[in-house]
Amino acid sequence: MSTAAQRFLQDAAVKSADLMHREIIQRGMDSYDAAHLKGRARIKDWEAARQKCQEIKREAINHLDRYLLQFEEKVVARGGHVFWAANSEEACAYIKNLATRRNVRTVVKSKSMVTEEIHLGPALEKAGIKVWETDFGEFIVQLREEGPYHIVTPAMHLLRGQIATLFQEKLGQKIESDDPAYLMAVARRVLRQAFFSAEMGISGANFLVADAGVIAISTNEGNGRLCTSIPRIHVVVTGIEKVIPRLDDLAVLWPVLATSGTGQGITTYGTLIGGPRRPGEADGPEEFHVVLVDNGRSQLLADAEQREVLHCIRCGACLNICPVFRHVGGHTYGTTYPGPIGSVLTPHLNGIMEFKHLSYASSLCGACSSVCPVKIDLHHHLLQNRRNATEAGATKSSERLMFRAWRHAMLHPRIYALGGWLMRNSLRMVYGLGLVGSILDPMRVWNRYRAPVPLPSESFRARWRKDRAAN
Amino acid sequence: MQRKVSLFVPCFVDQLLPQVAVDTVRVLRRIGYEVEFPEDQTCCGQPAFNTGYWDEARPCAERFVKVFKHADVVVCPSGSCVTMVRTFYPDLLAKSSLREDALAVASRTFEFSEFLVKVAAVTQVGATFPHAVTYHASCHGLRELHLRNEPLQLLRQVKGLKLIEMTRSEECCGFGGTFAAKFADISAAMGTSKAENIAATEAEYVTAIDPSCLLHLQGILGKRNAAARTIYLASILAQEDPPQKSPPQERP
Repeated sequence: MSTAAQRFLQDAAVKSADLMHREIIQRGMDSYDAAHLKGRARIKDWEAARQKCQEIKREAINHLDRYLLQFEEKVVARGGHVFWAANSEEACAYIKNLATRRNVRTVVKSKSMVTEEIHLGPALEKAGIKVWETDFGEFIVQLREEGPYHIVTPAMHLLRGQIATLFQEKLGQKIESDDPAYLMAVARRVLRQAFFSAEMGISGANFLVADAGVIAISTNEGNGRLCTSIPRIHVVVTGIEKVIPRLDDLAVLWPVLATSGTGQGITTYGTLIGGPRRPGEADGPEEFHVVLVDNGRSQLLADAEQREVLHCIRCGACLNICPVFRHVGGHTYGTTYPGPIGSVLTPHLNGIMEFKHLSYASSLCGACSSVCPVKIDLHHHLLQNRRNATEAGATKSSERLMFRAWRHAMLHPRIYALGGWLMRNSLRMVYGLGLVGSILDPMRVWNRYRAPVPLPSESFRARWRKDRAAN
Repeated sequence: MQRKVSLFVPCFVDQLLPQVAVDTVRVLRRIGYEVEFPEDQTCCGQPAFNTGYWDEARPCAERFVKVFKHADVVVCPSGSCVTMVRTFYPDLLAKSSLREDALAVASRTFEFSEFLVKVAAVTQVGATFPHAVTYHASCHGLRELHLRNEPLQLLRQVKGLKLIEMTRSEECCGFGGTFAAKFADISAAMGTSKAENIAATEAEYVTAIDPSCLLHLQGILGKRNAAARTIYLASILAQEDPPQKSPPQERP
C-alpha cells in the first residue's frame, strides 16, 4: 500500500507535467486575480481591513469557550439544538440518528467543507439516505464521484464540454449545448425536485455570531436558502473555530471574505439563521440543529505558537495565489483542505507522521501569507510544522545524518572549504566523463530538469586570499 | 576615514558563483566603501533551518553572530540569507545566550540592493549595460524584506539598460532550497512557467537579488536552450563604461 506522501509525489509528477491542466487553472486564476485586485481596490484601506479581521478572529479564538457557550445559549433559547461533536464519528452518528428517527429519505446539502472533512455524505448514503449536493460545482463533482478540487470553486478544473458530457451520461437526458447558462438550467431543474422532496437540509456556516446567536452564510446561487428553509429539518455542520463575537463584526468580515474568495464586493446572498420557524412565520424548518465539530481543533487551540491557524475563514485566497497549487492542482493534495492552509492544517488534524510531506511541499515563497485576509503567517507555520516533524523523529535517518555532517562542516571553516573543493572537483570529474544524470552523479535529481550548476575552479574565499596575498 | 562594510558571502555563492561576490565587492568599492571579508564565516544555517533541523541550524547561527558581532555593517548578496538572519534568528536563538547579539547583528545586516538604496543612499553607481533585462522579484527579498522597488531603482539608473517587465514577476521561480530536490517535478514545473514568462519578454537577461533563484533558473533556461541568460544584480551594476562585449558568465 502506498503512503499519502508517495501518492502525493506520483500525482504531483503527473499533474505538474499536464499542460492542459496548467492552462485551465492558469486561466481560472487569471480571472480570479483580476477580480480580486478590483475587489480590493473597492475597500478603502485593505490592510486596515485585514488587520481588523485578524483582531476579531484573534479575540474569538482566544475566548472560544465563552463565545461558543454564548452562541449555544441563544440558539437553545429559540428552540434550536446544539450538539458538540468531538470527532467525525460523533458528528456523523448524531446526524444519521436524527435522520433515521425522523424518517428522512432525502437530504439536500449546500456547500460545506466541514461535511467533506467528516465524510458526512458517504455516512448518510450508507444508511440508505439519498444526498444531493446543490451547489453547482459540488453537484458536478458529486456526479463525477470525486471530492471538491478547490474549497470555494469545487469544479474549476473542468471545461464546460466535460460538464455537458457528464450531464448527458449521469442525468439521463439529452444535453444540447455546453453553454454555462443552459447547463445551470439543467442542474436547476433536477435540483428543484430534490429541494421539494427532501426532509432534511444540511448547510455549513461561514460564521457563528455569538452575541446574536445566529449562523451567517454567504452564498451566490440561492441553493443555500432553499436548503435551509424548505425541508422540515435544518442541520448546520460547522467547525468550532467559526465563532465571532458580534453581529457588527460581519460588517467587515463579510465583504473581506467575499473579496478574498471571489473578488465580489459581497456575495449575492447573506443569510442569518438563529433557530427553527417561530409561530406566525411563513417558512423555515420545524427543527434546527447545530453540530459543532472539534475534530482536532482543540488540540491546535492548545498550541500557542500555531493557534492562529484557527483564524482561517476558508476564503481560498491562499490556494489561488499559491504557485504549488497552480501547478499540482487541488486533488493532488489528497486532503479535504488543499493548498497552503491545507498543508499547515492537515498534519494537525490528520497526523504529522502521515501528512508531514505537505509542509515540505512548498518553496516557502510566502505569497499565501501576503494575501491571507486574517493575516495567518502560513508559510512560517510550514516551517514550524517541519521543525515539529524533525523533533518527532518523523524524518529519514539518512537526512538526519546528512545534516549532522553538514553542521560539523559549517562549524569548521577548513572542513567546509575542503568539502566544497571536493564537491566541485568530483562533479567536474563525473561531468568530464560524460556521466551527467547517471547513477554516479550526486546531482542527478537536480540535473533531470536543469543544466548542471557551474563549477568554478576556485571558490570566492580562495580568490580573496590570493588577491590579498598579491597586494 | 573610509567607511567599511563586512561582506557575508552565502555558502553556495562562495562555492558555485564566486563572480557574484566579486562583483558585489567591485560595486561597493566603487561607491566608496572598504570591504572586509571575515574568512572564518561559513553558512547562515538556512538549509538546516528550512528543512526542520533547528538544532543543527542553531550552532551555525551562533557562529554567524560571533563572526559578525563587531562588524559595523554586514552586506550580503542574497535576500534569502539576510531573511534568515533578520527574520528567523530571533526565533531560532530565542533561548540562546547570544540572542541580544543576534538581534543587534540582524539590525545591521543588509541585502545588497537594500544597502545601496537605503543605507548608502546611492542609486547611480555609474554602470553601463546596453542590454534588455527583465527582473524576477525573489520571494524572500520581496515578501520578507519588503524590497520591491530598491532593485528596480538601481536598474533604472544603468546606462543603456532596457528594463522589460515580465508577467507574474512576483511569482516564485520554484527554487525553494531543499524543495528543488525533494519535489523536483513541482519545482521544475514552476521554473518552466517562469522561463516562459521570461521568454515572452524577449529580454537577453533575467536578473534578481537572489543568486539562488538565478542558479535554479540558469539550470532551467540552460536545459531549454533558452535565449535569456541569468545575471545577478551586482554583476550588472559592476559593468563600467565602456561595456565589455559579453559580461562574465559562469557556465559549467
